[in-house]
Amino acid sequence: MADKLKIGIYWAASCGGCEIGILEIGEKLLNLLEVADLVFCPCILDFKYDDVRAMPDGHIDVCLFNGGIRNSENQEIAELLRQKTKVMVAFGSCASEGGIPALGNLFHTDELMERAYNTESTDNPVGMIPGPGHSVEEGELHLPTVHKEVKRLSDVIDVDYFMPGCPPTEHQVWNVIGAIASGNLPPKGSKVGVGDKSVCDECDRERRGVKIQKFYRPHEIISEDGWCLLEQGILCLGSATRSGCEARCMDANMPCRGCYGPAGESKDQGAAMLSAVGSMLDADSIEKAEEIVKGMVDPAGTTYRFGMAESMLVRHLPEKGQG
Amino acid sequence: MASFEPRIVAFLCNWCSYTGADLAGTSRKKYKTNVVAIRVMCSGRVDPEFVLKAFKEGADGVLICGCHPGDCHYINGNHKTAGRYPMLRTMLEQFGIDPRRFRLEWVSASEGDRYAQVVNETIETVRELGPLDWKQRLIESDTAHQQA
Repeated sequence: MADKLKIGIYWAASCGGCEIGILEIGEKLLNLLEVADLVFCPCILDFKYDDVRAMPDGHIDVCLFNGGIRNSENQEIAELLRQKTKVMVAFGSCASEGGIPALGNLFHTDELMERAYNTESTDNPVGMIPGPGHSVEEGELHLPTVHKEVKRLSDVIDVDYFMPGCPPTEHQVWNVIGAIASGNLPPKGSKVGVGDKSVCDECDRERRGVKIQKFYRPHEIISEDGWCLLEQGILCLGSATRSGCEARCMDANMPCRGCYGPAGESKDQGAAMLSAVGSMLDADSIEKAEEIVKGMVDPAGTTYRFGMAESMLVRHLPEKGQG
Repeated sequence: MASFEPRIVAFLCNWCSYTGADLAGTSRKKYKTNVVAIRVMCSGRVDPEFVLKAFKEGADGVLICGCHPGDCHYINGNHKTAGRYPMLRTMLEQFGIDPRRFRLEWVSASEGDRYAQVVNETIETVRELGPLDWKQRLIESDTAHQQA
């Protein structure tokens, strides 16, 4: 069976949801395993990094790499897998756009450490914060070092295809696997498993031309079925987000969170969303707009929920006290 | 920072504020030259992306001027600008950019004086805040990352 497709799946700074996304294809997994072998997948198979290092270059046909680049280990394995892989796919929102971990780019590393290890939800009486090295009797122990920001996979290695989604939906996963298995691939650098319009194009909810009076978080309001969530004051990112997911969040009465990345030619999802929402406020003055916008908690974190690492500005914060 | 000369990008709407700036010029009003004026058909045409791009490409401050509410040539283009402005200010603040660097003002075609005053005020505010130099920071950040 030497001619089976060799697939590698790796997780860097991610939650494991992308692997679940792949498992979601259900019984089609059996069809997949007829034509493909999983040669590396730390989530479900016991392979070590040394097994990958021992592979000849280009041994893996396709690598579905999920997760952003948060630390030196993520980067090292990304570089290693690039060397061993023919077709590298940035799989899922984190690898494509930074994803949820990249929201940390709004803060300095020491603030993140403080928040994670030294707050009310943490039992850490001596205030210990993990560092990269520690000496014990047996010798020196090393942990990967945390980068000061989360990068996209394409910031550290050459990526052939991008497949956004948190996680990519199962029918898109299956489409893309089919395209790869048949060799029917689009030009390098393409986004795959996506539509070319915005989520609103796939959404069945009706737009009534109503202006936004007040913003609600999803738990603060019972939304009306069949009516555009944004017009009801629930911040739905559908208009600034690429289609491909069949608008399934809105089917479940949840607003779009923007995981498929910016729509169309737009480069900056947050700016596109602000542009759309700003023009829908029921405000004819700055003061009135300020009043309405008070209800919008965290505009940057909401509109760049998955795309912070590719936002136009936030790749680097000013030092404290500057700016 | 005595020698610091801020660079301000100003988006001026064609019908009111650009004409107001013109009036300031023809009336020989004195105002400082740190502003790069960009004429747009309506302040509502200024996509938030333009503002982010201006900061990214090296602007120390951004000024948007449009018609007074009610006077928009396109009826409600400036209402859209007003709607975007507070959100964008908050977002810039989250990014670590002082919101005083970003200003929206209504300047009509007859307010040459006011245009000169708004420009001078903005320049002085930004001068006190010092250089933003976002572009240089991006370059330094990339270098530091590669060395890490």
